[in-house]
Amino acid sequence: MQLSREQMLIAYRQMKVIREFEERLHNEIQKGEIAGFTHLYSGQEAVAVGVCEHLTDGDFIISTHRGHGHCIAKGCDVKGMMREIYGSSEGLCKGKGGSMHIADVDKGMLGANGIVGAGAPIAVGAAISAQLDGDGRVAIAFSGDGACNQGTTFEAMNMAVVLKAPCIFLFENNHYSEHTGVDYAVGTAGDIASRAEAFGMKVWRGNGCDFFAVFEVMREVLEYVRAGHGPAAVELDTERFFGHFEGDPQRYRGPGELDRLRATRDCLEAFRTSVTEAKLLKGAELDQIDFEVGRLIDEAVDEARAAPRPTAADVLTDIYISY
Amino acid sequence: MAIMQLREAINLTLHQEMERDPRVIVLGEDVVGGMGTAGGPEAIGGIWKTTEGLYAKFGAGRVIDTPISESAIIGAAAGAALAGKRPVAELMFADFIGVCLDQIWNQMAKFRYMFGGKSRCPAVIRVAYGAGRNAGPQHSQAVYAMMTAIPGLKVVIPSSPAEAKGLLTQAIRDDDPVLFFEPKALYASREEVPEGEYLIPFGHARTVREGTDVTIVTCGQMVAVAAKAADKLAQQGIGCDVLDLRTTSPIDEEAILDSVELTGRLVVLDENPPRCGLAVDIAANVATKAFSALRAPVKMVTPPHSPVPFAVELERAYLPGVGDVEAAVHELLGYRGSAPR
Ligand SMILES: Cc1ncc(C[n+]2csc(CCOP(=O)(O)OP(=O)(O)O)c2C)c(N)n1
Ligand SMILES: [Mg+2]
Repeated sequence: MQLSREQMLIAYRQMKVIREFEERLHNEIQKGEIAGFTHLYSGQEAVAVGVCEHLTDGDFIISTHRGHGHCIAKGCDVKGMMREIYGSSEGLCKGKGGSMHIADVDKGMLGANGIVGAGAPIAVGAAISAQLDGDGRVAIAFSGDGACNQGTTFEAMNMAVVLKAPCIFLFENNHYSEHTGVDYAVGTAGDIASRAEAFGMKVWRGNGCDFFAVFEVMREVLEYVRAGHGPAAVELDTERFFGHFEGDPQRYRGPGELDRLRATRDCLEAFRTSVTEAKLLKGAELDQIDFEVGRLIDEAVDEARAAPRPTAADVLTDIYISY
Repeated sequence: MAIMQLREAINLTLHQEMERDPRVIVLGEDVVGGMGTAGGPEAIGGIWKTTEGLYAKFGAGRVIDTPISESAIIGAAAGAALAGKRPVAELMFADFIGVCLDQIWNQMAKFRYMFGGKSRCPAVIRVAYGAGRNAGPQHSQAVYAMMTAIPGLKVVIPSSPAEAKGLLTQAIRDDDPVLFFEPKALYASREEVPEGEYLIPFGHARTVREGTDVTIVTCGQMVAVAAKAADKLAQQGIGCDVLDLRTTSPIDEEAILDSVELTGRLVVLDENPPRCGLAVDIAANVATKAFSALRAPVKMVTPPHSPVPFAVELERAYLPGVGDVEAAVHELLGYRGSAPR
């Protein structure tokens, strides 16, 4: 393991912020104060953090409808995100976009996205831009196992190969697209990486519930892509701990499935066990992070609930830069 | 007759039409739900529950759960229709028309014309449309005005459960490609719906309220807004003639012109943004064909030229409301040239 103590503490904190953010939203949504559709990322934290801990603000990512984790991992302001989800005029996107559209271009975060499969081509464009600048920056498209079935994803993969663009197609296989199983919808027996391989890309696979595994895979992938070898694809096997969206009755799950996933596939628990058993970090240090993150999220929710609301006049701002 | 929700009326129609005609097939994402999962098929029956029970009754051959691939879904509907089936394809949200526009616009809409009248493409594309659920800029759009602009397509927008039943039955039996816009904010709305065969022909508007002072032309989820405004105005002694277009292509031009000739004043209420939209289309038609009947300029009530915002306050401000319609009617009645010539 090549991570420093500092890096490990940061990674754990980031994963914990995502987890706490989502678990808290799950509870807050029951109170009826949050409008719209919300898709939670709990269970998949090791992916977002294991990828983004390798990136700088100059690297690009583009996300999906399940975007909170990617946003946090890429450095979006957590309180600004919470305000956005509550629809405040001081939200990260001024209440215009909400949960499904959180973005911070200055951080290289090109947005969550409500259109499944829209991200990959946009990532190719960002990668072309980085390629022109020639400074080793990359663009990463997060996609689900459902999004990998969109023509846009296929077109983007081929184009990236043709153009040797520094683009990474990062597939988070959480085994479901909405209420449908991956084995049904992905014709290659649920295997996504082999498709990317067929497009002529080097591919990696990994356990998306193990932060260290993701981090190591991504070290190799990024070395390869930053060195100018062209695009790459990564398929990470992961789990979502909540419904597709908040309110999903989840009748597609087997009996006891969620309890089993929480017991056996929890990336935060796995992280804690491995670093404490290897005596790399103390349980008390992680407890302290848990405590601080809990407070941060408490504040984020309290502040979001009290944050200024938009007015009718705000509908017409930010449509154009000049008009 | 039975009281049912709009989504139940759609579901009943699909059951009846699949029963009646073996060529009718249904396809779309999660229209079965639970495929390839421990929960098994029909775990959901469509995200709006409009296709519930179809799989159990008609099987996987005719109730096709698809991957997330809108271009392939709509293209496959086009192809199956050319090959003799009557596909009813579902897009979860009208906004996803953006993903498969070519198959709608350049393919199914144009086949018959390009092929010299020698083909039929009796496909129905059902989409959930509209604002009001804080679903944000990519899940709230009205879209039907854009589709109305495409020659070769028929465009249907039911405003209530019974209307949905009559119009969907007609859409499935119609020999041309039909885009069927279901107002998602009204899926749970209820009314009496005929349980037996019920068809509403296309191109015939419905009079929702009668009046002689101002005509209000609208469709879809805006019909309830117009009706509510008309009821409030009636209490002030103002009579509104409210027309529910039902279909915007074909459009019941005659009903609009007849009403305007009666009232001399027209409000067009539409959920699409104003530029090149349905409201300007109707306003222009009335101005060119019933100019002398108008006693005041046509008033268009639409959202502003902006995407649909997320936050509750913003979306409320975006969507036309009862107050906007009332104000428009008052403005027309107060127009200085409005007195009889
Ligand atoms: C073009 C388009 N089609 C359908 C949807 C509806 N939808 C939203 S998320 C989703 C499933 C996506 O599954 P996956 O890519 O595996 O991502 P996950 O939800 O598992 O994170 C679907 C069908 C959409 N938002 N956009
Ligand atoms: Mg998935």
